[in-house]
Amino acid sequence: MSQCPLSFRNVSMTFPDGTRALSDVTLDVAKGEFVTIVGPSGCGKSTLLKIASGLLEATSGEISVDRDRIGYVFQDATLLPWRTVRRNVELLAELHGFTKEERTKLAEEAIGLVGLRGFEHHFPRSLSGGMRMRASLARTLTLKPPVFLFDEPFGAVDEITRERLNEETLRLFEQERFAGLFITHSISEAVYLSSTVHVMSTRPGRLVASFEVPFGYPRRPELRFDARFAELCGQVSLALRGAHS
Amino acid sequence: MTLDNPSTFDFDEPSTFDLGEANVVEAGTAPGAKRSAKAGVAGSVLPPLAVGLFIVGVWYFISLVVLDPKRQFLLQPPHEVWNVGFADWKNFSTMLEGMWSSTKVAFWGLLIAILLGFLLAIVMSQAKVVERAIFPYAVVLQAIPILAIVPLIGFWFGYGFSSRVLVCVIIALFPIVVNTLFGLLSADQGMHDLFTLHKAHRITRLRRLMFPAALPAVFAGLRISAGLSVIGAIVGDFFFGQGEVGIGQLLKRYANRLEGEQLFASVILSSALGVSVFLFFGWLSGKLIGKWAGESRGR
Ligand SMILES: Nc1ncnc2c1ncn2[C@@H]1O[C@H](COP(=O)(O)OP(=O)(O)O)[C@@H](O)[C@H]1O
Ligand SMILES: [Mg+2]
Repeated sequence: MSQCPLSFRNVSMTFPDGTRALSDVTLDVAKGEFVTIVGPSGCGKSTLLKIASGLLEATSGEISVDRDRIGYVFQDATLLPWRTVRRNVELLAELHGFTKEERTKLAEEAIGLVGLRGFEHHFPRSLSGGMRMRASLARTLTLKPPVFLFDEPFGAVDEITRERLNEETLRLFEQERFAGLFITHSISEAVYLSSTVHVMSTRPGRLVASFEVPFGYPRRPELRFDARFAELCGQVSLALRGAHS
Repeated sequence: MTLDNPSTFDFDEPSTFDLGEANVVEAGTAPGAKRSAKAGVAGSVLPPLAVGLFIVGVWYFISLVVLDPKRQFLLQPPHEVWNVGFADWKNFSTMLEGMWSSTKVAFWGLLIAILLGFLLAIVMSQAKVVERAIFPYAVVLQAIPILAIVPLIGFWFGYGFSSRVLVCVIIALFPIVVNTLFGLLSADQGMHDLFTLHKAHRITRLRRLMFPAALPAVFAGLRISAGLSVIGAIVGDFFFGQGEVGIGQLLKRYANRLEGEQLFASVILSSALGVSVFLFFGWLSGKLIGKWAGESRGR
């Protein structure tokens, strides 16, 4: 089949209670590709990522994912409240057995990348939602993950912070060129970030439409005001409305 | 890696407890924080002080006005309690010795309850089936009326030090088990997922995630259990009525002899012990986890 770091073939998921969350999902994410899934809430998007990461097992279908040092950013920042930002960012490197020097170096690098310099010694409770999300991103970045899963990471922050975080996510992607699978509610976020946008139907989730995004990387914020950008957003929106009914 | 010293539950590297870091964080907010701290002291000291004065006033009123002089022994006025109970060294030193004896009992009882309670809670946190197996017995232990079991303990194990400690353990164990277990299980599911994704060892999960997450609840349990342990020491001594004289036997003796001043003084002393262990654990909790846990009410 494919050498993609993430590949789903006819994956379906039915929970033990009978809830059918996914139906026949086929999906590939190549290295250097940023794939986004938009879909109504409750359609099975988080379930898809949990299956990809191995937290859940699918009922049927074939899955191959490079899970070594997998990156997974949850909707909540899930920081340890008793650790400072820096110690939180070091956590995964710690779990993977890096030495103290390596951890410190990786953490400092990642903190710089997400723009959290100067906040290393703050505890999570003294950070804003956006800053917590940055810390969470930094924590994942320390592992330089080949596969990077994002589960609506910016859903809880305000619009301005969200656009800033989008910029930063793009920079990270342009620099690291991981295989990215991103879940969102926001169509413009999806189009702005991705090379491919998939639209998922209501439960059980199926991929009902796919859009290649014709813009290359690196991307600039001005892209948001491009007419073609708006048109693509409109098409995705239309497909999404179809998926809702 | 993280298993370098799995024998300890040292859940984090010292830097997390390094007070230097806290100072860095607080530096930015210092002036405002100081002002509110000052207001906090006035606000937290004055109201209870006012109530205290009021109680002393009521006490005087009952003792000198309400009670017939012949029945004043029922409630001696505060200064008499002071003169006879505290200022008379012979009486006071007897009470201090009793207090010391009871404090030792309470201390060992609490210590054993803590160790045993942690152990039970940790074991229960590792598997639901273990929790289901043990928890009912913890509840039973809690439900046994301590007054019923004290004579039995004396009957079985004698009236010595270890029997008294046992009473304290029985009375102090439950809140520690329940709070620690609750705390251990309180860690966020997302965090657990993260540890699962990165294949963290069971011990690593316990040390790095569950144990620190449990600390706020653990301290809440400790504050309750410390007070209970003091009560256990007094109750045990009171009902054993023999062996080394603790504050419980003194209370009984003073009551029997109608020595109201000493009785009151020892009640005050033993409450002071209970209050100080409560305050101590509050202080300790603020010191260790105040920086990251929610507002600890420093009482
Ligand atoms: N463990 C579970 N057991 C049963 N149903 C579940 C479970 N987890 C999620 N679901 C259901 O599966 C559906 C998809 O959930 P989810 O993947 O979280 O949706 P979303 O697209 O909003 O992320 C929802 O209807 C949800 O209620
Ligand atoms: Mg979801």
